Amino acid sequence: MEEKRNQIWAFVITAALIVISFIYYSVNVFYLYTVVYIWFGFAYGMMLQYGRFCFASASRDLFAAGVPRMAVGVLIALMFFSIIQATLASTNMSTFHPAPFGIHMLIAGVVFGLGMVLSGGCASGSLYKVGEGNMTNLIAVIVGLCIGQAVFVDVGGIFNSLVPASWEHAARLKGLPEYIIRDGWFDKYLAGYVWDQPTIQLSQTAAISNALPGVLKYFIGDALLNAIIPSAVILVIIYRFFSRKGFLKKRAKEKGGKTDFSDDVAGIWNMITASKRTTIMGVLIGITAGMHILVMKGMQIKFGVKNFGELLTQMGYAKDVSLMGEVFDPGYWYITSQEGQFGGWLLEKVGWNMHDNIFFAINNGLPEPLRNPALWMSLGIIFGAMVMARLNNEFKLKWPKGELWVWGLTGGLLMGFGSRPSLGCNIGAFFIRAAGGDPNGWLYGVGMVTGAFFAVKFFNWWTERKMAKEMEAF
Amino acid sequence: MAMKFEKTGEGTYLLDVCGFVCPHPQIYTKKSLEKMNEGDVVEVIFDNPSSGETIIQMCDQAGHDVLENKKEGNKYVIKVKKC
Repeated sequence: MEEKRNQIWAFVITAALIVISFIYYSVNVFYLYTVVYIWFGFAYGMMLQYGRFCFASASRDLFAAGVPRMAVGVLIALMFFSIIQATLASTNMSTFHPAPFGIHMLIAGVVFGLGMVLSGGCASGSLYKVGEGNMTNLIAVIVGLCIGQAVFVDVGGIFNSLVPASWEHAARLKGLPEYIIRDGWFDKYLAGYVWDQPTIQLSQTAAISNALPGVLKYFIGDALLNAIIPSAVILVIIYRFFSRKGFLKKRAKEKGGKTDFSDDVAGIWNMITASKRTTIMGVLIGITAGMHILVMKGMQIKFGVKNFGELLTQMGYAKDVSLMGEVFDPGYWYITSQEGQFGGWLLEKVGWNMHDNIFFAINNGLPEPLRNPALWMSLGIIFGAMVMARLNNEFKLKWPKGELWVWGLTGGLLMGFGSRPSLGCNIGAFFIRAAGGDPNGWLYGVGMVTGAFFAVKFFNWWTERKMAKEMEAF
Repeated sequence: MAMKFEKTGEGTYLLDVCGFVCPHPQIYTKKSLEKMNEGDVVEVIFDNPSSGETIIQMCDQAGHDVLENKKEGNKYVIKVKKC
């Protein structure tokens, strides 16, 4: 009975999204752009849920339980995605762009890493877990990623004093309207610091592009040097410190003698294939993320635009777009900015002016949620995960109680705060950039892992206390 | 919602972490196993689907025996013997 009901729900959700897609298409062919985001989001959601694919789990389970399953899955996905990214870049079909490089990436990564472990899921992981019915993650998404981010990019007043005078001075030289630059620490941070930092993409550096003219610079520079070799090295390190001992012990027992190098090779392969579910989804997510870039580029070529904001303006929704005539339209898998937009939209409904900061007014616009393409990608992830969870009878509506409120709220806010200074989260700032040849991705990744390490330390202390209390009874 | 770790008999324990999300079920499982003696058995009950594979792999890597791994409605039950 339960199984049947879950199947019906899965079909109803899928059918509803199909109907929504047709409605959009019938209203205006330009919304095909949005429909593509919906269905790629849907595909990500299904794969994330099936593979239990969560970047928080990648470092957290390693430190908390010594389990490398998810770290392996993420690295495999990264390697596959980098090859597809390089292929797209070499055919001028990539929408990827590197981000300003600097220490801010590392710091933001630490904050985000703390948040993702506390809340129980990274930005993408939280969305798929909402699809499983997990309301702790919904709190993290709504309060942290939506409202928290919007507040974070808009507050001024006493927060302006956080910014050095040099940033304020540099920001004022950018020629931005006074009503935007006057009040808001994040505006001064962006215009006075971030915008002045260099962007690095290995294929575009003089050393790589001179040594490897032609398309090889994408495959060698961006994919091999920036993504595949570092990922392979990390896999070996993970094997050495988390899997090797146990594997060789078993192997020696089976062989009845000493082990050699071939056993280590077998051990690495065993670690990669230990969770087929996660590894296969890692490969598929990597390929899908690449296909997503290709299709979005195709949409841009089809409609002759570089940003969905141009289409919104043509449809008469100029109020949705930024002063640059754009809305947040990453052109690939991305989480958090669109949630921030939703938070900004909600806060404007209660009277908060969100059009006086760079994040919304200059960079991303503030479209109505129904006309926000990237927000539809996030909804697609939730519904895709919900369908997969229903089909596997894993959907269960779970409301947080007790301490989970604290973890959801605190973790969500830290994730929101940790994704803005870096202009992205575990997906946009780490996964996409590391695979696209931008070393920034690794800087953020190191920060995330560091933050996760300390959050695990905290949870170890917390759970130890509770276990001791339980054990008083016996 | 509260975590329960009970001694149910000689060398047998029950860990109920229903309602908890990641990473709590896996951390509590690890802590329980640390507190137990070799040969003791713990039955872990949880309802967070994402924790299952991690718990199984954690036990496998540490050399513990997974005696039972089943799903009962929306709950998951994993029985582990500490080795």
